[in-house]
Amino acid sequence: MKKKILSAVVGVAAVAGMGATAASAATLDDVKAKGFVQCGVSTGLAGFSAPNDAGDWSGIDVDLCRGVAAAVFGDASAVKFSPLSAKERFTALQSGEIDVLSRNTTWTMSRDTQLGLNFAGVNYYDGQGFMVRKSLGVNSALQLSGASVCVQTGTTTELNLTDYFKANDMTYNPVVFEKLEEVNAAYDANRCDVYTTDQSGLYSIRLGLSAPDEHMVLPEVISKEPLGPVVRQGDDQWFNIVKWVHFAMLNAEEMGVTSENVDEMANSTDPNVMRLLGKEGTFGDSIGVSNDWAYNVIKEVGNYGEVFERNVGASTPLAIGRGVNALWSKGGLQYAPPIR
Amino acid sequence: METLPTSIRYVRTEESPTTAPPVSTGGAMGWLKVNLFATPRDTVLTIVTFLFLLWIIPPIIDWAFISAVWTGESRDACIGPGTGACWAFVEAKFGQFIYGRYPIEERWRVNLSGLLLIAGLVPIAIPSVPYKRENALYLLVVFPVLAFILLTGQFGLEPVETPLWGGLLVTLVVAIVGIVVSFPLGILLALGRRSEMPIVKMFSVIFIEFWRGVPLITVLFMSSVMLPLFLPDGVTFDKLLRALIGVALFSSAYMAEVIRGGLQAIPKGQYEAANAMALTFWQGTRLVIMPQALKLVIPGIVNTFIGLFKDTSLVLIIGLFDLLGIVQQNMNDPNWISPATPATGFVFAAFVFFIFCFGMSRYSAYMERRLDTGHKR
Amino acid sequence: MAHQEGVVADADDSGRVSLMNDPKARGLVFQVLLIIFVLFLVYSGVTNAIDNLARAGIASGLGFFGERAGFDIGQSFIPYTNDSTYLRAFFVGLLNTMVVAIIGIFFATIIGFIVGLARLSKNYLVQKFATVYVETLRNIPLLLQLLFWYKAVLSILPSPRQVGLEPGAEVVFSLNNRGLYMPRIVPEAGASLILYAVIIAIVAWVFIGRWARKRQMATGQQFPVFLTGLGLIIVLPLLAYLVTGMPLSLEYASLQGFNMVDGWVVQPEFMALLLGLSLYTASFIAEIVRAGILAVSHGQSEAAFALGIRPNLTSRLVIVPQAMRVIIPPLTSQYLNLTKNSSLAVAIGYPDLVSIFGGTVLNQTGQAVEVISITMLVYLTLSLLTSAFMNWFNSSVALVER
Repeated sequence: MKKKILSAVVGVAAVAGMGATAASAATLDDVKAKGFVQCGVSTGLAGFSAPNDAGDWSGIDVDLCRGVAAAVFGDASAVKFSPLSAKERFTALQSGEIDVLSRNTTWTMSRDTQLGLNFAGVNYYDGQGFMVRKSLGVNSALQLSGASVCVQTGTTTELNLTDYFKANDMTYNPVVFEKLEEVNAAYDANRCDVYTTDQSGLYSIRLGLSAPDEHMVLPEVISKEPLGPVVRQGDDQWFNIVKWVHFAMLNAEEMGVTSENVDEMANSTDPNVMRLLGKEGTFGDSIGVSNDWAYNVIKEVGNYGEVFERNVGASTPLAIGRGVNALWSKGGLQYAPPIR
Repeated sequence: METLPTSIRYVRTEESPTTAPPVSTGGAMGWLKVNLFATPRDTVLTIVTFLFLLWIIPPIIDWAFISAVWTGESRDACIGPGTGACWAFVEAKFGQFIYGRYPIEERWRVNLSGLLLIAGLVPIAIPSVPYKRENALYLLVVFPVLAFILLTGQFGLEPVETPLWGGLLVTLVVAIVGIVVSFPLGILLALGRRSEMPIVKMFSVIFIEFWRGVPLITVLFMSSVMLPLFLPDGVTFDKLLRALIGVALFSSAYMAEVIRGGLQAIPKGQYEAANAMALTFWQGTRLVIMPQALKLVIPGIVNTFIGLFKDTSLVLIIGLFDLLGIVQQNMNDPNWISPATPATGFVFAAFVFFIFCFGMSRYSAYMERRLDTGHKR
Repeated sequence: MAHQEGVVADADDSGRVSLMNDPKARGLVFQVLLIIFVLFLVYSGVTNAIDNLARAGIASGLGFFGERAGFDIGQSFIPYTNDSTYLRAFFVGLLNTMVVAIIGIFFATIIGFIVGLARLSKNYLVQKFATVYVETLRNIPLLLQLLFWYKAVLSILPSPRQVGLEPGAEVVFSLNNRGLYMPRIVPEAGASLILYAVIIAIVAWVFIGRWARKRQMATGQQFPVFLTGLGLIIVLPLLAYLVTGMPLSLEYASLQGFNMVDGWVVQPEFMALLLGLSLYTASFIAEIVRAGILAVSHGQSEAAFALGIRPNLTSRLVIVPQAMRVIIPPLTSQYLNLTKNSSLAVAIGYPDLVSIFGGTVLNQTGQAVEVISITMLVYLTLSLLTSAFMNWFNSSVALVER
């Protein structure tokens, strides 16, 4: 009762349009009502979520949100992005400011269980690594004892770093920053010997250094960092949508359905493809979206392989190989349950 | 009376030519002697300062002008030994520094808002222009509504999300909203602090001392991380709006203290006179006290605004892109990163802030002098 | 509403002033309403927070203080490892904040007084230089200056390897981009006596000062308090040092692997923060000092000259004491500002309270409400303490009127 009064007060204070939005428990209804998906992303990490000069976002994480928008609305552009710092991201999701958090966020047990969140899958298997200057002559992380290490706060990185050095009986001197830009600048200015974050991040950051060729990423991966989209706990319908958008993109790659051939494939007689593209069964209805949801996702965004190649693959400046992110059938870890 | 013969009589008929002052006191030499080499200690100070200036100024000029790169398409132009400032970077990113990522075809709305602001500010800043009251009303009520409609996009204008706002636009929005909201709040708090009602006074004192005792950065952290948890389930605020709430509460405490200073300077007789005229408290405050008190604190208000304007740069720490934030973000653009880029960006941002703050502080000093004369007898 | 009308009617019947127009009654009603409003705001905020936290399954309470922190901190004045508790991490941050604030206040005061006096100098060059300094630094945001200084400190200083230090060799003094390295004084058995000697010297200095003032009041004779005190503070500890058999040794820094180890290190983040805070605040203090000195009327110095007091003594005995009364209140708020501004350390990676506690601890525990509230309370307490101290100091120099 009283809360309603406060929300009314608050709503008046907020003046329409500039911000105060009330979200109900059913995220899908809410999203449909407002006409777009609000997606939390990073403030700029090339390949995962980064804006260009015109403010258009691109990256693996961004494409997942666009996939969700395509599934719900049949229109991958019905999505708005909120850049969030590492510190803000969970509060933003918990408070309903965003509908899905797709911000290279590591799936850990405490986050999954204690923060009122659900991880909807893993769209990138990562691991924490180290980057050093080639001139240091280091070729293994085990030689780093005594080094100064630049690290961003608010991440699992900081704790993994401590654990790794402790386990190997090495010392280090942490230099901790709030924002990614500041860590980059300090490392580039040679304040630190070592830069540590997720390996994918290291490749992306190396591109932004003043002399990328003078730096190398060490081979050690010191942690498991499964990165994936996150939704609020307690809304299974929305959780299913996000989860299955990711799985649909994986299944599409496995079946060879791409954004280019999806229209031909729609005529396929393969029952797997027919189920995926909504020609058979009512899988869309069961998650509350239209039956051609997966067709829209693939048509507008592409399958997982396309998304990967477009954003971080060999043809991009990042040039990250598929590695563990290859499909399970090709020796990687990406595996989607069948649509059936 | 016997007159002397003309031959020995001497009366000078024209003025003698004035001799030049001694070399040691007049002309350039004299000026030097008085102003630079008056005592041995002065001489030493002068020489030390001069050497210091000689040490720092030529490299700065060389960096900013002579070795600077004025045109270029990417970092390649600014890489190279001995390159100075990379002004090409500022040129390429100028639009972003001013508007952030505000859609290019909608930027006229930002410009129009700016013009509306200037149209209100210029007449109110010039003391001789009449209609001050109407003008203030325009700035405090009409302009904010118009700017809100234009910037966010109401009534059929294309809506522009606040995450797209940035650069000088955000800096000005935060500073102006802060000052516009804090002005009435500050007046209420200042009156509350001088109130005879103990509870009102206590709340005002606690409110003011609390916000003045904590750093703005924790206030911003509070509004970005803690505030959402205090709102009812499902009610969320735009990030910029949350920062604005924090800044407005913060600056209203400072504003309250400035206005209280003005209230204290009003002689007791004025209050008593207002009472004697049977004016109610609010009538007396509105018609007698405030007009005098506010006039006295104009310099203080301008100084508060300068402080607030500089403090807006802190919003970059919570991930809003004000002028400094967007400059810092663009320094990491792989297309422009070079050893000269960060310094160039900082110098540009510093220059813009300096122009605004220095201008306002000059104005404040001018008003101070102007107001001062009124009290001289 | 109906009730109120009833009250008014009653009041009219009894022939007294209507309660509606009674300032006391209206004040009372207004205050009660205010209390209800504030309590309501607090209540709904708190219940919302509890609801939200419970629904999201976020832990609450201060239990996390006893848990293992599990992260490292770059600079600490008390022993700290990643096995220490969050509480200890909190104190490390608090201490780092206080250290930078106190040293910053010290330097800002000195620079501020020098620049303030320079602005009044008759020397054209010095005066103009001081003016440019003040106008430039005051009108540029501190955060920008800090980022600039940090960048400048890092880009000017070479890396330890570039300095050309021999790995393993001990160096007395080294300035590189990992910090300013100096020998660390390592106390051995018996060294505490030296500390006591310092304390005794300081206490003696204070007493001699009091005695000398009394004597001067009584007899007019002056006593060189400053020189005596300085002598005491040098000689007494030195004596103690020699008597106890020289129990101090120096630990030198040396280059090992990537970095310098041992020795006493001032980190570049600290240098940049200190530089930025001191120079910025000094520009405000300079203006305060200038205004304070200008506030002392010309007649005062003329009177002093007429009495034959020399210029140096005039400023020390006549001008400065009077100027101090004008200077101290605004100086206090500058000290407070500096303390609060030290929280900007978070932008340049200095591990202060906001960075360690409001940053890392908040992120590891996820308990935003507790962590932010505690951080704000700490600053509030620091502010109140500083202003209490400065108020005391102010009253001690205030004009004693009869």
